[in-house]
Amino acid sequence: MQIYLPIAEVSVNAFLLLGLGGIVGVLSGMFGVGGGFLMTPLLFFIGIPPAVAVATEANQIVASSFSGVLAHLKRQTVDLRMGGVLLVGGLVGAGVGVQVFTLLREMGQVDLLVKLCYVVFLGLIGGLMFIESLRAIRRSRGQTTTKVIRKQRTWVHALPFKMKFRTSGLYISVIPPLVVGVLVGVLAAIMGVGGGFIMVPAMIYILGMPTKVVVGTSLFQIIFVTAFTTLLHATTNYTVDMVLAVLLLIGGVIGAQIGARIGVKLKAEQLRILLAIMVLAVCGKLALDLLLTPAEFYSIGTGGHG
Amino acid sequence: MRTLFALLCLLLPAQAQAFAAEDVVADLSQNRVSINTSFDGSEILVFGAVKRSRPVPIGTPPLEVIITVSGPSEPVTVRKKDRRLGIWVNTESVEIDAAPSFYAVATSGAFGDVLTETEDQRHKVSVAQAIRSVGAPASISDAQSFTEALMRIRANNDLYVTAEGAVELVQETLFNTEIRLPANLVEGSYETRIFLTRGGEVTAIYNDVIEVSKVGLERFIYNLAHEQPLAYGLLSLFIAISAGWMASAIFRFIR
Repeated sequence: MQIYLPIAEVSVNAFLLLGLGGIVGVLSGMFGVGGGFLMTPLLFFIGIPPAVAVATEANQIVASSFSGVLAHLKRQTVDLRMGGVLLVGGLVGAGVGVQVFTLLREMGQVDLLVKLCYVVFLGLIGGLMFIESLRAIRRSRGQTTTKVIRKQRTWVHALPFKMKFRTSGLYISVIPPLVVGVLVGVLAAIMGVGGGFIMVPAMIYILGMPTKVVVGTSLFQIIFVTAFTTLLHATTNYTVDMVLAVLLLIGGVIGAQIGARIGVKLKAEQLRILLAIMVLAVCGKLALDLLLTPAEFYSIGTGGHG
Repeated sequence: MRTLFALLCLLLPAQAQAFAAEDVVADLSQNRVSINTSFDGSEILVFGAVKRSRPVPIGTPPLEVIITVSGPSEPVTVRKKDRRLGIWVNTESVEIDAAPSFYAVATSGAFGDVLTETEDQRHKVSVAQAIRSVGAPASISDAQSFTEALMRIRANNDLYVTAEGAVELVQETLFNTEIRLPANLVEGSYETRIFLTRGGEVTAIYNDVIEVSKVGLERFIYNLAHEQPLAYGLLSLFIAISAGWMASAIFRFIR
């Protein structure tokens, strides 16, 4: 069934969009990533103009994250306090990120930079997580009795302004989560994604939060940052396509519910290695795009930008 | 200036006599294309007849018909990728001043036979002529290849169509053709032109317009997004949040 999108001004298959939304929704619920880093490139691929894809994706992430966070709230795996601190940083970061994005667009190399950002960050994070979780799995296979204690004292614990995060079982300074929030906000705005795939590892490895809490908390923060981004895009670029968003989010919210339930059944290590593989796959695809000789050397952008 | 005018006065009647003998009477199957939610392209039938005040003298070259449909023009940037440090980067770019978002040409014969190059330039009939590129930056050596790339990419997307021999001409009097408007149409006025040619020279022109516009829900959403962006953004968020909440509630109910 073909459907014409009023803002994107293209006609696409409605079931294709529902399916895409569903698949990405499942991943979103499982891993606490918004799924934007997968969905945005997929939307480009089916012919949605990039500006519309990025803005609408932000709107869709709001829905799937909200659906996911409700499931997590019920299980009490959301650290609201930590989420709040991350959010403050995230909003500041998003504001800065939008400015950086505009500046880069004027310089005309925004496409390349976004892709490079993806490759570098996805590659780094995916690689680190993959190695770490492989090690963890091997450890748990070798000797099942020794439990890994993750609470080492690092530089993170030496900073001032300490705050108690009961749900995460942490007593740390608010500076690291704030910095993580800002960085994620900046990257989220530049890369047009929720930023979960950066935040989740950062929370695990830098803040030392338990994996089960990380997913819900990250979703909580993502809702607000992407809502902010959606409004920004809607008011400045008029690129949020409501019809596209609705189709994506119908699939997305259902998928997120299913994903959240699958996530509970998997072990933390398995969850992490799956996420790592996925992140690496997307990274590889984007790297190939940059490295391989393209079939078409030319591309069209409307107006003075694109 | 005056001599030129006098010359024109002398020339015009002679030309008119040769050309005015034939005129076009034509119509379109529809002058209005409505883009609704299920819009999936549209087919427009262009048909008409040639009106003659006197019979065609023996020895005149055969009549040919060219029909063009052109979407609204807008500036376009064409970028070229080049390998830098092992990766493919957009390096050069050319701004094309105006390129139609859609362009279809249908002819009754091979393009080279039905229209001379001079006439093509004057009336801007072929796809290449419809694109207006005033000048590329001096640093770009092969500006032409950028225009060609634009034509190639749009042709691959069915936006630029050249259909030679697609106009059916019956006894040099009745003609018709079908122009297919693709699903990825842009709103606006689509200028439709019909040319009669003899020996590659244009002898008569007919103009019409197809209005392409969004209707119903499409229109409403588009207007809201542009006129009330804040309300639109908030509405989008509201839909997103309530959809998220509903899905969660439904799943809780199922459990």
